[in-house]
Amino acid sequence: MIWSRPSFLSRWPTDRWLAPGLGVAAAGAGLILLLVLVFLLREAAPLLGSHAAIGFLLDAGWYPLEGQFGMLPMVVASLAAALGALLLAAPLGIVSAIFLNFSAPPGVAHLYRMIVALLAGIPSVVFGLWGLTVLVPLIARWQPPGASLLAAILILALMILPTVALTSASALAAVPKSLLHGAAALGLTQQGTILRVALPAARGGIINGVLLAGARALGETMAVLMVAGNVVQYPGGLLDPVRVLTANIALEMAYASGAHRAGLFASGLLLTLAVMLLAWLAIRASHGGRHD
Amino acid sequence: MHGIRQIGRIATATVFLLLAMAAHAATDRLVITGSSTIAPLAAEMAKRFEKQNPGIRIDVQSGGSSRGVADARSGLADIGMASRSLKDGEKDLTPHTIAMDGVGIILHKSNSIGALSDEQIKAIYRGQIKNWKEVGGKDLPVTVVNKAEGRSTLELFLHYTGLKNSEIRAQMVIGDNEQGIKSVAANPGAIGYVSIGTAEYDENHGTLIKLIPLHGVAATVANVKDGKFPLSRPLNLVTRGVPAGLAKRFVDFAKSGAVNDLVQAQFFVPLAH
Repeated sequence: MIWSRPSFLSRWPTDRWLAPGLGVAAAGAGLILLLVLVFLLREAAPLLGSHAAIGFLLDAGWYPLEGQFGMLPMVVASLAAALGALLLAAPLGIVSAIFLNFSAPPGVAHLYRMIVALLAGIPSVVFGLWGLTVLVPLIARWQPPGASLLAAILILALMILPTVALTSASALAAVPKSLLHGAAALGLTQQGTILRVALPAARGGIINGVLLAGARALGETMAVLMVAGNVVQYPGGLLDPVRVLTANIALEMAYASGAHRAGLFASGLLLTLAVMLLAWLAIRASHGGRHD
Repeated sequence: MHGIRQIGRIATATVFLLLAMAAHAATDRLVITGSSTIAPLAAEMAKRFEKQNPGIRIDVQSGGSSRGVADARSGLADIGMASRSLKDGEKDLTPHTIAMDGVGIILHKSNSIGALSDEQIKAIYRGQIKNWKEVGGKDLPVTVVNKAEGRSTLELFLHYTGLKNSEIRAQMVIGDNEQGIKSVAANPGAIGYVSIGTAEYDENHGTLIKLIPLHGVAATVANVKDGKFPLSRPLNLVTRGVPAGLAKRFVDFAKSGAVNDLVQAQFFVPLAH
């Protein structure tokens, strides 16, 4: 019982320092997020404060050296690429998680889990390299130039598939055995058990994983930069080249100064807010799941 | 407690040492400002120079060739950087060419086009020519590869063609030279432009690209070095009059063969042997 006592009453001096120490460390971690936001705001301020306050969304195009900071096409492209990747990866990931938990023999499940975990560990630039040298020429043979929204979606889907698969698998594994036994006792088919019992019970965790994967897709830079074509325009179709916000920053930051630089920080700010929104939704989703 | 006191003593000594070094460095300080194209190269050179000459501090700031010329003239900077030849009105300054920058137009190796005129290149980049058959090639759509905003290669290309970046209708925008070369090599209908040094190396090592001549001058590092290739420019350090002291030592260092590897690492063409 001594462990549950407030630490400042503890006999050991180290314990007296433990709580404040942990608090400071935790506050530091939280503070970093705040600092990042403040930093982004400060760096983007020259642009946000100028005439282009709204212009940075509404300008006709992105030609920072000519004073045009239209970012909306890149926002749309970012969302389209992430959404497309989710549409591909989410069903596949969830199906493979179901396979892992309900159908696969233990040996196969173990091997499969290992392969998916390895897939998650491949650096994004490797995916990009593969996309640039294999996928893009393949699409180009069919419909030039090949570097396109489609290529970005395919690469991103490959990259986030393991995230979706692994989080869904652990959400399904966490479904209380009593529920499954109850379903079996009621004489439900395996299909019925999976669709009516396991999936609804694991819903929160699965949605959480999908949203986190979406955040990763939004934030991915290198692989998308290598395959998307990076032309700033509204995607008119799957085969149009597009530029996403992250690629914009990576492409131009090294050579930007003045308003151009501020514009890139503004796109970083936009991106951070979008990812934070997704993370918040993910947290809400996982809470909802726990209370169900 | 003993340990803490000792740490305190070491910290105090360190602070004094740093202060002493800062005071010393302030006397041996060189300020270089100007072209953002040269600034990364100058910064690398400065780093090596500082390492070889302890106590010297070199401050490199970018801000455009015009600032480099103005600062060198007014004495705000010891050395200016200008990524162009000096104009007639700037003859009061002395240019020291440290490297050449050359940009070559590249096509896919399988493209049957052997050369393009300036007008054709402009029309292709404006999106007025959309198929290679319009300039006498195969029936194949053109994929225009452009550079991301802010790159010196883009700036040189725009300056040469007289185009504005917003006029260019690109199908692909790339960052560094290698990415451009890989993109062109992967697409039979592509046209792009990259630093000649990189392109020539890759072309000779089996990458599926070819550099095309401009105005009948082959796009080679040798022709850039001679200043014969039209799409090229000198990278100059400029000083007011003949440099002396530390400025002279740095200019000599930047022109020497000791920095050739740094010049090549930035995809420029070194002049020294």
